[in-house]
Order: sequence, then C-alpha cells, then structure tokens
Amino acid sequence: MLSYAVRRLLEAIPTLLVIVALSFFLMHAAPGGPFDSERVLPPEIEANLKAAYNLDKPVWQQFVIYLGNALQGNFGPSFTYKDFTVSELLGTGFPVSLRLGLTAILLAVIIGCTLGILAAMRQNTRTDYSIMGFAMIGITIPNFVMAPLLTLVFGIYLGMLPVAGWGDGSIQYIILPVVALALPQIAIISRLTRGGMVEVLRSNFVRTAHAKGLPERVIIVRHTLRAALLPVVSYLGPAIAGLVTGSVVIEQIFGLPGIGRYFVQGAINRDYTLVMGTVITYGTLIVLMNLLVDLVYGLLDPRVRYD
Amino acid sequence: MAAVLEVRDLQVRFATPDGEVSAVNGVSFDVNESECVGIVGESGSGKSQLFMAVMGLLAKNGRTLGSAKYRGTELVGMPVDKLNKIRGDKIAMIFQDSMTGLTPHLRIGRQMTEVLEEHKGMGGADARARALDMLNLVRIPEAARRLNQYPHELSGGMRQRVMIAMALLCEPELLIADEPTTALDVTVQAQILELMADLKRVTKAAVVLITHDLGTVAGLCDKVQVMYGGRFMETGDVRQIFYKPQHPYTKGLLSSMPRLTEDRRTTLYAIPGQPPNLQRLPAGCPFQERCEFVHQRCVDELPLLQEARPGQFKACHLESLEHPVDDPTRAAIPAEAMPPVIRDVRTA
Repeated sequence: MLSYAVRRLLEAIPTLLVIVALSFFLMHAAPGGPFDSERVLPPEIEANLKAAYNLDKPVWQQFVIYLGNALQGNFGPSFTYKDFTVSELLGTGFPVSLRLGLTAILLAVIIGCTLGILAAMRQNTRTDYSIMGFAMIGITIPNFVMAPLLTLVFGIYLGMLPVAGWGDGSIQYIILPVVALALPQIAIISRLTRGGMVEVLRSNFVRTAHAKGLPERVIIVRHTLRAALLPVVSYLGPAIAGLVTGSVVIEQIFGLPGIGRYFVQGAINRDYTLVMGTVITYGTLIVLMNLLVDLVYGLLDPRVRYD
Repeated sequence: MAAVLEVRDLQVRFATPDGEVSAVNGVSFDVNESECVGIVGESGSGKSQLFMAVMGLLAKNGRTLGSAKYRGTELVGMPVDKLNKIRGDKIAMIFQDSMTGLTPHLRIGRQMTEVLEEHKGMGGADARARALDMLNLVRIPEAARRLNQYPHELSGGMRQRVMIAMALLCEPELLIADEPTTALDVTVQAQILELMADLKRVTKAAVVLITHDLGTVAGLCDKVQVMYGGRFMETGDVRQIFYKPQHPYTKGLLSSMPRLTEDRRTTLYAIPGQPPNLQRLPAGCPFQERCEFVHQRCVDELPLLQEARPGQFKACHLESLEHPVDDPTRAAIPAEAMPPVIRDVRTA
C-alpha cells in the first residue's frame, strides 16, 4: 500500500504541472491585466510596472520564470493586495477556511450518515419521506439564502450568536458559518448513505445474515455499513477539498478571513500570482483527497487491490 | 417420528404495483426428524418463497398467511427478535448463490464465529476452534488458512462449502437448502451433493432440499413434493414419484430429463407453454394450460391432493395416468376451446 501511495504521489506531479500550465496560459489569454483600471496610468509607469513584474516578456517566458520561482516555494507578490505575498495571503487565510471546512464536513458526515441509515432502515415510511424531504430542501436552498436566514434568526431575533466576524476565532463565531456550510452537505451525504444502504440491504449476504439469526443492529453495523458507505467516501474526497478551500459566499456573508474570496477576487482583478496560488492549493488538495479516497476504499473493501 | 416443521395451509402473497401476486397458495406438509424432503418445481413455482416465508425472510412487500410451526411454536407472525433465536440456531438455511451469499468485507472466520457468539454465547478461541472443525467437516482444504481469508479469495465450490459449514455450526434440527448447487460447475455440484449426503448421515438434521433438478432429489431425498403454481401437484416417497408418477406434470418433468442412454439425435422433451402467471391464476388446476390431458373439470374445479396410491398423493382429476385417453370427461372439451399451446401439441 505504501509503494502504491508513493507511486500515486509521483504521478501527481505531472498532473499538477498540467493544471498549472493550463491555468497560467488560460489566465493570460483572458483580456485585461492587473494594472488596467478606470484611471489610466501614464504609459511610462505602466511600462515600468510591467517590466518589474516581467509582464513585458512573452507569455512562455513568464511561465518559465513563474514555474522556477514556484518550485522554490516563491509564489510571488500579489498584484492587488499590496505589500503581501501570495504565500502570506494564503498562509493566513487557509487555517480559517480549513477549520471551517473540516468542522462542517465532520458535522455533515455524522448527521448525514445517521439520517441516511435511519431513512434506509425505515424505507418508504414517514421517517424516510421526511428525512428525504428535508434533504431535498437542503440541496435546493442555496447558501446565500440559508446563511442570511440563519443570521437573522440566531444572530438578530434570538441574539444567541454573533451575526458575523471572526473575532478571536472562538466557537461562537464559527457555529453559524459551519451550519450554513454543512446543511447542503448533510443533505447530499444522507441521500448517498440511504441509496447505498438500500442497495446493500437488498443483497444476498444481508439475507444470509438474517438467516443466521443476527440482530438488526449487528447486520447494519457489521454487514451493511462498510459496503454502503463506498459512495459516500467517493463523494467526500472532492467535497473536502472544496470545503477546506473556503466558500466565497459564506466568507462574504459572515465576513470571515478565509481564502474562498481570493478565488473570485483574484480572477476578477487579474491578480495572476494569487490565482495561480489558489489553483495550486486547490489542485494539490484534490489530488491528495482522491488518493486518500482510493486508500480508504482499500480499507473498506478487501477486494480492492493495489498493483 | 416427531415433526420438526409442520406447515398448514401456508400462503405467500406479494403486493406489486400491478396487483397482488400469489406465490404460494395453501400448502400443508410435515418435515419429520432426520428426514430429507425434496421440493421440486420450476422457476416461479413458489418453492423458494415457501421457505423464505418459513424463515421470515420474505421481501418487504410479501406477507404470509396460514401456519408454520417449529416443534409446535408458530413461526408465522413471530416477532423478529424471537425468530432470531430460532433461525441460524434450530433452523438453518443455505442459499443458491454462493458467490454473493457471503459478506464480501468480512473474513470467513468472523462470519462463522458471529453465529456461535449469537446463539451459543461462545467467543474467541472456542468459537474459532468450532468454526475450524466445521470447515474440516465440509472438507475444505487448508481450513485453518481459510478462516483468515475473504470470500473473494475462495472458489465457488469452497464458498458453498463455507455456507454449509456455517449453517451447521449450531447443529440445527432442520437444514433448508435452496438450490445449493445451482451456481456451481457440474463436477463441483457432484462434490457438494456427495458432501450433503455424508453430512445427512453425520448430523441427523432434517433436510429440505429445494431444487428444480430431479437428479439431485433422487440421490438425497426420502420424500418428494412437486410444486407448481404455488401448490403441491404430487407428493410421495421418492421411489414412488420416480417410478410411478401419478400427475401429468411430474411425468412431464421426468420426461424432460436428459438420459445418457438416449439417442443423441432425438429432441429432448419439453413441457409446452409457460408457467402460469401468479397474478391471474386460473380458477381450476394451475397446470391446465399446459396439460395434454386437460378436460372440462380441470378448468372448472381446483383438484385437491388425494391419495392416488398408498403414501402417494396427487392433485389431479384424472383417474389414472396409464389410461388417460379413456377418460370419459375428456371429450367434453372441444379442441378449439383448449389453450393454444395444447392445441398445437395435439395437432402435431
């Protein structure tokens, strides 16, 4: 398994290179640049700025320079956040997004799986229908509706929690954003769990387990759950990568210093280095999470072989 | 001999979007101690569902009516936690699909010891030792190593042996084997049947063998019950059924068995037509549409099991199979009123 993991990590290098190259050239192909603004700069200043940031060179040269720097861990200065390097921006924001994302996903897995199992065990009853109804609502309500609603109820009407802000990062500041992040995930995970459970509960080995006189609890926990959770595991890999890199909507609404906003603002401002920083962060996470999913698959299903 | 299982007027119905399907329509029989009963019928005859109902394993849309008693205790409608004390312990079942019947992510040893934990309160080394004994009993090579293997690491025949060993762990009084050899190669089939015959002698458990293969029944069973359309068509001693079948359906089944002595160029006999639609069973005999001896009474009136010869019962209106053509009532039904399948056979 170790050699498999190492091989997969090595394979990730060309994958990431392709991602970086594609994003770099696509980004430069987009019209406009970091120094285009409503106020037109004198041509000399613009030329100087471009020269300072190597923007006067052909794109392929810029790419080689960028790649050389990036390989040494230097992701360059941000074009729009003056006096900050990309590493500084992502370095301070990422822990915030990571904490929010991981808490949300943990909450979503615990609640989602429980609800999904419950729905599958009470298939086609009122319990099942209400859980699946709730899940449908959870998926369809966008978080830019859910988040203000939560703020309104718990922040303003009930006054239990702060409306926004990060403060010292203590628990009361993260409850609402985490709930807003987790709700759609709970919905998706509960549906996936139910689907997996329903399918496995119909399988021959579950019938065998019933014929052996095993109690329901043992059948669910020992014979059903591991096989039923495979679709959830597949979903969780990319979902974790997405959640820990922050959500621009949630961060805007709750005024949180995460990195989600950099994805959007970087692109709008043509902040080339910042965009590349976010792309590399997200790409690496996706690659790692997919590897993790494959390894977990092997733990859940002994038929999976690494060779 | 005391009965291990007494079934009286058992019915199984399934609610489907297209209406209710009657899979089993009132069957009654006993399984006595250390007796081997063969249940024979083609796909859809209700033979499997009959015993799924006894074990409380019907699909969620199925329901059971009538009575099935294990040693006088009613199993139909028994709460699941009470039923779990009996199934796996007193009554065990082997299923036809050994490839998917074992939990893929649990080691063989675990799947076996959990039965002992549940029913006998055995744990750890004791349960493992017992599991190992059973694997040796079913003649699995390198049994000790198998305990630590996963089902996918075993061949189909070995998996079925594991299923049998697992069923025998608690020394059940009744073993229900639902087509135990269907999914296996012919040579492996023979090995498994040989094993079952040996085990029957060793364990003294009563055995119900559900199969569509008459050959299997002939080798193992004392009694045979032929099922069709959710009813018993004929029941009796295995020799009686094989040598003197009294029901046209049994006779048809026997004729459709390939024989080594037969000329290879002759076409194998097949009973014409299809099994009846269990959603719209005819009012009379369920076999009427395929029976070459059908007459008016078969269409009007359901034949009940009646003693044809001592110990042999048939559900058929015919006086005897030997002279069916002389049956006076037969002329009463005109050829064009007969089901098309039979008409074709007649004119051919």
